[in-house]
Amino acid sequence: MNGAFDEIRGFPGDTAGRPEFAPLTHWLETMPRAELERRQQAAEAMFRQLGITFAVYGDAEADERIIPFDIVPRILTAREWTRLSAGLEQRVFAINAFLDDIYGARRILADKVIPEELALCNPQFRPEVAGAHPPHNIWAHICGIDLVRTGPDDFWVLEDNARTPSGVSYMLEDREAMIRLCPELFQMFRVMPVDSYTDLLHQTMQRAAPVSAGGNPVCVILTPGHYNSAYYEHSFLADTIGVELVEPADLEVDDDRVWMRTITGRVKVDVIYRRIDDDFLDPLFFRPDSLLGVPGLMAAYRAGHVSIINAPGTGVADDKAIYSYMPEIVRYYSGSDPILPNVETWRCREPDALQYTLDNLEKLVVKLVDGSGGYGMLVGPTSSNAEIEKFRAILLAEPHRYIAQPTLALSTVPTLVEQGVAPRHVDFRPYVLTQPDGVKLVPGGLTRVALKEGSLVVNSSQGGGTKDSFILADEGAVSC
Amino acid sequence: MLSRTASCLYWLGRYVERAEFTARLVEATLRLDALSTRPSGEQAWMSALTVLGVDADYLATGGAITQESVTHFLTLDTSHPGSVVSCLDRARDNAKAVRTALSREAWSSINRAWLLFQGRAAPGDTQDTLELVQQAENETRGFDGAVGRMLHNPSSWFLKLGESVERADSTARLLDVKYHLLLPEGETVGGVVDRDQWQTILHTVSAVNAYRWLYRDGLQAASVIELLVLRREMPRSLAASCEEIVAMLGELGQLTGTQGEADRLARRRLAALREARVSSIIGGGLHEYLTAFLHDNAALDHAIARQFRFF
Repeated sequence: MNGAFDEIRGFPGDTAGRPEFAPLTHWLETMPRAELERRQQAAEAMFRQLGITFAVYGDAEADERIIPFDIVPRILTAREWTRLSAGLEQRVFAINAFLDDIYGARRILADKVIPEELALCNPQFRPEVAGAHPPHNIWAHICGIDLVRTGPDDFWVLEDNARTPSGVSYMLEDREAMIRLCPELFQMFRVMPVDSYTDLLHQTMQRAAPVSAGGNPVCVILTPGHYNSAYYEHSFLADTIGVELVEPADLEVDDDRVWMRTITGRVKVDVIYRRIDDDFLDPLFFRPDSLLGVPGLMAAYRAGHVSIINAPGTGVADDKAIYSYMPEIVRYYSGSDPILPNVETWRCREPDALQYTLDNLEKLVVKLVDGSGGYGMLVGPTSSNAEIEKFRAILLAEPHRYIAQPTLALSTVPTLVEQGVAPRHVDFRPYVLTQPDGVKLVPGGLTRVALKEGSLVVNSSQGGGTKDSFILADEGAVSC
Repeated sequence: MLSRTASCLYWLGRYVERAEFTARLVEATLRLDALSTRPSGEQAWMSALTVLGVDADYLATGGAITQESVTHFLTLDTSHPGSVVSCLDRARDNAKAVRTALSREAWSSINRAWLLFQGRAAPGDTQDTLELVQQAENETRGFDGAVGRMLHNPSSWFLKLGESVERADSTARLLDVKYHLLLPEGETVGGVVDRDQWQTILHTVSAVNAYRWLYRDGLQAASVIELLVLRREMPRSLAASCEEIVAMLGELGQLTGTQGEADRLARRRLAALREARVSSIIGGGLHEYLTAFLHDNAALDHAIARQFRFF
């Protein structure tokens, strides 16, 4: 936290702070603590009553929890958002172009922009869908791009989520809660609305339909079922959009067409927004041992009779190994430099990068390319000399398996915690939709906050919470 | 509508109704035992267990027939499907699976009812138990109200269909278990009766005031039977439940454009109820009459499942 940029108060010691947000600071300082807490509890009570929960696997005592909600919003100005959205648009355009290329002509491999084995031997690459032609060449219709910030103009892409990014229901419900509980903030700031997201999502689904579907395609959302940790979101979206929420057992495939079973007989399905991983879509295709899934679904997809959102195989675009090449990928397909930079990444497979990494181990985070959950990694600044030396040997043995990144001083936002209002680290996930005529964004996203002091881990399973994210129509508070 | 959704809504209706009936029965039995000047003790609790069809399950636990032990079994025990908490668990499970088909209000009343029982170890003393079951009844009534305010669409029809099938079942079982109280052997109709027991029946189906309004000449066995079997004004009567079932199947038939075995069974039963007289029901044997009714109700339940492809 020492030295970290605070998005509302500016850098520590900067007495001027961010004058455009002064009314929020004033609001925080004058609002009695008890009143802030009352509102926060009211919001959480509302979430609990609506059942906005997520399941924690392996925790029988509390199989359903609500994600903590923080009452203090994070704010981005119109100028900041304009730049972010240009960057997101460019990045997601490139992700789709990359997917269409890698499952098609593979020009990017022929031009040696990225190493061939990195794409084709990647566990997320699905040779089964090579040669598929999703309508309008869109593969990743819905992307969640995780951003972090280190200074006023310093945003970084931490991770791309091009499979089935979740959390958008929190963006919408957090806003509902804020409007109900802190209406005065919406008089203080001109906040752009986020509620058009569901319309935009519905439109995205309809416009992804196969041509054969005609003018009024039947769209459904496919959930693994109500024991899934994100089930609330699946049902929320289906409900708000007004489409059926189906489970695999509700669907059957016949003559390469997908049908859902209803009380009046079966109805043909044209578009499936699936919230199920590739592996569990179709046991005939991906994982024969899977009990989930719709046998024959992939054949119907390959025959062009049904669209799947996101298309099977998009995981190859958000893999960590591919991530380090995203700047090159963006440049290759968009013809210009990336607007949003990656977090600087040294690929230890390259001799110069390996040398740099070895010289700076105490400052870097070193990760396995295909690892997750914090295994097999070194966090230099918090490791002992012995640990660093031990890791050095491991790294030298198999340098191609590792990447290194600097430890970032993530930005903070004031957050209501036990000791009062204190800075806590945040990240930001805007949701980026792609339609035939281009990328669409709603001005908003999911802000996750690490509630433990000093913690950089924002995951909900690790005690992270959420905040509303205000995107302003202008540069600061309405003059008052 | 998805067949799975229809099935979940139907069972959601049944489980909420079952939870409410169980809560009411516990409340009425408390009045009969703990709150009565002549506590009827074991006999009251045993008959409550029998009405719910969990008497054998209870005896298998080796528990004593006491207020404390039986109320715990009927409200909080998750080891059998008949307790209020088990019904609410299943109701909420079904509700979760069809959240998109429910109004927010309907969902949150189920969720609130469910939350009442979470983390509760014991129903407590008489007052605490009364409070608990009354709160549960409030929430399930709230659910009923929310369903009433939902769009008149297939979701609400399947919910009400499930509720009515369950309601017919509960009322028939309640009467069947208590019929020996209504018509004690050797007593002629209208003879000396156990008024406390009768009050219990009326209380369980929330018909105490309705009875007084409709029958001015005091408690009479034939009148109680008539009220609960034949009077369509009485929402928990067999006649009213059967009428609702026919109406809901009719709405669904208009939507799907077809009718089937379920419609046929339901209409036939309703026609018979409209023709029936209380004297002939008593004359032919109330127990025999109710046994046949419960049998028909089970057949109807199967026919509904087949007609709408629940499985």
